[in-house]
Amino acid sequence: MGLQMFVTFNPWNLLLLFTALECSEASSDLKESATSTAQHVPNAWFAAAGSEPDERISVFELDYDYVQIPYEVTLWILLASLAKIGFHIYHRLPGLMPESCLLILVGVLVGGIIFGTDHKSPPVMNSSIYFLYLLPPIVLESGYFMPTRPFFENFGSILWWAGLGALVNAFGIGLCLYLICQIKAFGLGDINLLQNLLFGSLISAVDPMAVLAVFQEARVNEQLYMMIFGEALLNDGISVVLYNILIAFTKMHKFEDIEAVDILAGCARFVIVGVGGVLFGIAFGFISAFITRFTQNVSAIEPLIVFMFSYLSYLAAETLYLSGILAITACAVTMKKYVEENVSQKSYTTIKYFMKMLSSVSETLIFIFMGVSTVGKNHEWNWAFICFTLVFCQIWRAVSVFALFYVSNKFRTFPFSIKDQCIIFYSGVRGAGSFSLAFLLPLSLFPRKKLFVTATLVVIYFTTFIQGITIGPLVRYLDVKKTNKKESINEELHIRLMDHLKAGIEDVCGHWGHYQVRDKFKKFDHRYLRKILIRKNLPKSSIVSLYKKLEMKQAIEMVETGILSSTAFSVPHLAQRIQRTKRLSPEDVESMRDILTRNMYQVRQRTLSYNKYSLKPQTSEKQAKEILIRRQNTLRESMRKGHSLPWGKPAGAKNIRYLSFPYSNPPSAGRDARAAESTDDDSGDPGVPSIKFSTHSRVSSLQKRPQTQEVIPMRRLHRGGKTFNFGYQRNASLEEDVGAGRRAVLRPKPLFYTVDEEYESGRESEEESSAVGSRWTADHGHSREHHKSHSPLLRRK
Amino acid sequence: MGSRGSRAAVIPDVDSIRRETGFSQACLLRLYHRFRALDRNKKGYLSRMDLQQIGALAVNPLGDRIIDSFFPDGSLRVDFSGFVRVLAHFRPIEEEDTGMRDPKQPEPLNSRMNKLRFAFQLYDLDRDGKISRQEMLQVLRLMVGVQVTEEQLESITDRTVQEADEDGDGAVSFLEFAKSLEKMNIEQKMSIRILK
Repeated sequence: MGLQMFVTFNPWNLLLLFTALECSEASSDLKESATSTAQHVPNAWFAAAGSEPDERISVFELDYDYVQIPYEVTLWILLASLAKIGFHIYHRLPGLMPESCLLILVGVLVGGIIFGTDHKSPPVMNSSIYFLYLLPPIVLESGYFMPTRPFFENFGSILWWAGLGALVNAFGIGLCLYLICQIKAFGLGDINLLQNLLFGSLISAVDPMAVLAVFQEARVNEQLYMMIFGEALLNDGISVVLYNILIAFTKMHKFEDIEAVDILAGCARFVIVGVGGVLFGIAFGFISAFITRFTQNVSAIEPLIVFMFSYLSYLAAETLYLSGILAITACAVTMKKYVEENVSQKSYTTIKYFMKMLSSVSETLIFIFMGVSTVGKNHEWNWAFICFTLVFCQIWRAVSVFALFYVSNKFRTFPFSIKDQCIIFYSGVRGAGSFSLAFLLPLSLFPRKKLFVTATLVVIYFTTFIQGITIGPLVRYLDVKKTNKKESINEELHIRLMDHLKAGIEDVCGHWGHYQVRDKFKKFDHRYLRKILIRKNLPKSSIVSLYKKLEMKQAIEMVETGILSSTAFSVPHLAQRIQRTKRLSPEDVESMRDILTRNMYQVRQRTLSYNKYSLKPQTSEKQAKEILIRRQNTLRESMRKGHSLPWGKPAGAKNIRYLSFPYSNPPSAGRDARAAESTDDDSGDPGVPSIKFSTHSRVSSLQKRPQTQEVIPMRRLHRGGKTFNFGYQRNASLEEDVGAGRRAVLRPKPLFYTVDEEYESGRESEEESSAVGSRWTADHGHSREHHKSHSPLLRRK
Repeated sequence: MGSRGSRAAVIPDVDSIRRETGFSQACLLRLYHRFRALDRNKKGYLSRMDLQQIGALAVNPLGDRIIDSFFPDGSLRVDFSGFVRVLAHFRPIEEEDTGMRDPKQPEPLNSRMNKLRFAFQLYDLDRDGKISRQEMLQVLRLMVGVQVTEEQLESITDRTVQEADEDGDGAVSFLEFAKSLEKMNIEQKMSIRILK
C-alpha cells in the first residue's frame, strides 16, 4: 500500500529501479560469465601486463565487480534520498508517520530487488564496519544538536530514567523470556539465561527520536521533549555497554556458572566504562575547542578538526574498552559551545550540514540493510518467542516508565503528569540500533541467532509502524486540543493575544532550574574556560563577512512590497467612523477568519523543534524580523514626532537599509537590528554596512570606531544566538553577553555624542542618534532627555 | 552573589507579598532570583530598559505592551512586589482556591476576572474602561503581518467590535469583553505552569 504511493510519486524512482535491476541482472550474468572463464580479466586496458592473450582487444567491456560495492551503496543512498524527497512532497505525510518508516520501506524494496534477482549483496555490515563507521556519525549528530541547557537542568532525571530504564528493561525482558524458554512446549530450551539477557539488552535500545517529528505540532512541553531526547542520547550508549559486557560474559563463561564475583565485576565495569567514556569525551572536547582557537587563518579545515577530534575520542575510548558512544556524545556536547564561537560562519554551517548528512547516510544504510535482511531466507520463526518478546517489551517499558517516574517525580520541581508518562511510554520505538546489535551477534556463541534477528525485526516493524503512526493521534488526543468549533473573530483575536501575552510573561519569568550549580559553572566558565578556549581579538574581517549578506536586497524588497509604506504605520488620523452595524455575510466572516489565521503572527514556540532528518530554516525568523523592523519604525516615528523636525519626511520615502542579522539567525539575536539611512555613495560600499554617512569622511571615520565596537557585541550575540539551532531562543547567558557587550559599548559613547554635535547634515545624525540612542544609550536612565537636549543643538544649525 | 540571596528572609515584605499573590515560598524565591538577575545595576527596582533587554520580548508583537503592564500608572520603576503582583495574575487556578475562599477577602489575583482584567488592560491603553475601535485596531495591527491591507484590518476591527458590543456604544467595555470570552478556558490560557 504505502509502497505504491511512493512509487507513483516518483517516476525517478522507477528509473532508478530499472537501473538497479539492470545492474543486478548484469552483474549476475557477469558473475556466471566471469566464473566460467578461467581467468578474470579486470579490464582490457590493463590486460597487457602478463595475462593470457585474449581474442581481441574489446572496445567495450563491462566490469561490474570492480565498482560493485561503492556503486550499489551509492544507489541505495540515492534511492533513499529520492524516497525522502517524495515523502516530503506530499506534505501531510511527515506528520502522519515517522521518517524511519519510509527508510524501512525503501530497505525492504531494495532487499526485495536483491532477493529477487538472486544477487549477492555487498557486505556493508559487519561488526567492525558498523561500530567503526556507521555508528559514530549517528551518535555525533544527536550529541551535537542537543540543547545543552535543558539537558543539564534535567540531567538527574534523564540519567535516572535512561540509565536505570535501560537496565530495568534489559533485565526484565531477559528474565521473563528466560522463564518462557524454560517451558518445554515452545522448543526454546537451548537458550540459556545469558543469551536471554543479551537479547533483552539489545531489544531495549529505543530510538524515540524517530517519532518526535510526528507529534511536534502538539505542544509537547519542554521537559518532556528533553526526556525523550536525553533518553535517545544515552540509551544507545548504555545498551551497547551492556551488550558488550554480556558478550564478554558469554565468551568467558560459556560452559561454567557465573559467580557473584563476576557479577560484581560486571557492574563495576559498567560504571567504569560509562564514566570513563564520558571523561574521555570531555577531554577531547576541550582539546578540540582549544585548537579551533588558532584556526582563523585556515578556516577551511575547521570542520575537519571538529569531526576528526570527535571521531578520535570515539576510537580512543574504544581502544580502552570504554564506551565510545558516550565519549563521542560528551565530546560533542563539550565542544559545541566553544567551537561555535571560534569557527567562522561558513565552517559552522558546514559542520552542521555535514553532520546531518553523515548521520543520515549511516542511518539509511543501516535501514537498507535491515530491509535486505528482512527479505531473505535466513529467518527462524517461533511464535512463542516472538509474541512474548513483543508483549514483554511493552509491559516492561510501561513498568519502567511509571515506576521510575513515580520515584523521580518526588524530587522534581515540575513533576511529569500521567499524560506525559503515557507519551513517553508510547514513544518507545525500536530502531536501527537494536537491529544492528542483533545482526552482529556472533553465530558461534548464539546458535539461535536467526531467531533473535527475526524477533528483533518483528519488534522493530511493529513499533515503528504501528506505534509510530498512531502516536500522533494519541498525543493530539491527550493534549485535549480544542475541537475545531468555529470561533468568532473576536475569540480568535483574543486567543492569539493571550497566547502572545502568556509567551511574553513566560519570557519575563525566565527559566528556572538549579541555580547554584549553573551559576557556579557559568562563573567558572567565564573566568577560566572561555579565556583559554575562545579566540581573542575577533578580527574585523570576519565580522564584516558576517554581514556580507547585505540586507540591501531584502530592504529593497520590503520597500517594494509596501512594508515600509507609511500608511501601515502611521497612527491613523481618520475621523471616527460612524458606527453602522454592517450586515456581514458569512462569506465575509469566513474570509476575515481566513485572513486572520493566515496572517497573524505565530506565538513564539518555547518548546524545541528538533527534527532529526532535516535542518529546517526557521519560519519564525522572518516573522521576528518583521516585528523588529516594525518596532524600529514605530520607535523612529515616535521619536521624530517628539522632535518635530522641519525637514521630516515620511518613512516610506527613504530607501532604508537595514543592518540586521543574517537571515539564518535566531531572532533573539536580531533585536539589535538598526535602521539606517543610505546615501547613494554607500551603495557601492561592500564593506562594513554600518557606515552610513559618507558625506563626512572625518565624521565617518569617527563613526567607525564606536560602531565596530558596537558591532562586536552584536557578533557575540550572533554567536550566542547560534547555539540554539532550532527556534529555542531563551538563554540567560545570552542576555548576560548582551549586557556585557552593551557595557562595552557605552564606553565610546561620549565620543559618539561629540560626533553628533559636529554634524552638519543634521537630519542623518538625528536619525542615527534617535535610532541608536533609543537603544544603546538606554542603559542610562536619562537617555531620552539626553537626546532631546541634543536636538535643539541640531536644530539650531 | 548567588548564594547570599538564597534565603527567603532576604526578600522584603515576603509575608504580605505571599498573602497578596498566593505564591509558594519556593516560587517567590525563584522569582526573586529572577528579579535580581534582571536588575542589572542592582538598583533594587526594574526599569523599562531592564525588561526590554529580555530578547524574546523584542520579537513578541505585544512586547511593548507587556512591558508597559508592569508599570501601572506611568511609573518608571517597578519593585519586587509590583513585579510579583503582575506575575501573580498568571498563577494557575487550583480547585482549592475557588472552593474555600473567604468571600470577604478580595478576589485573588489569579481569578478568572482578574486575569481577564489584565488582558483587558493590554487593549485599553487610555484606561477609560472601554476598548474603543481605535484601540482594537491598534492591537490588531500589532498582531498581524504586513501583508494585510488597511481596509481588511478595518473591517476585521469593525466585526470584532460589533460582535462584542452589546449596548451599541461602539466600544467594548470590560463586561462585554468578559462576556464575549465566557466560553473560553481563560484559566488555562492565562496560566503558567511554573508559577505555582
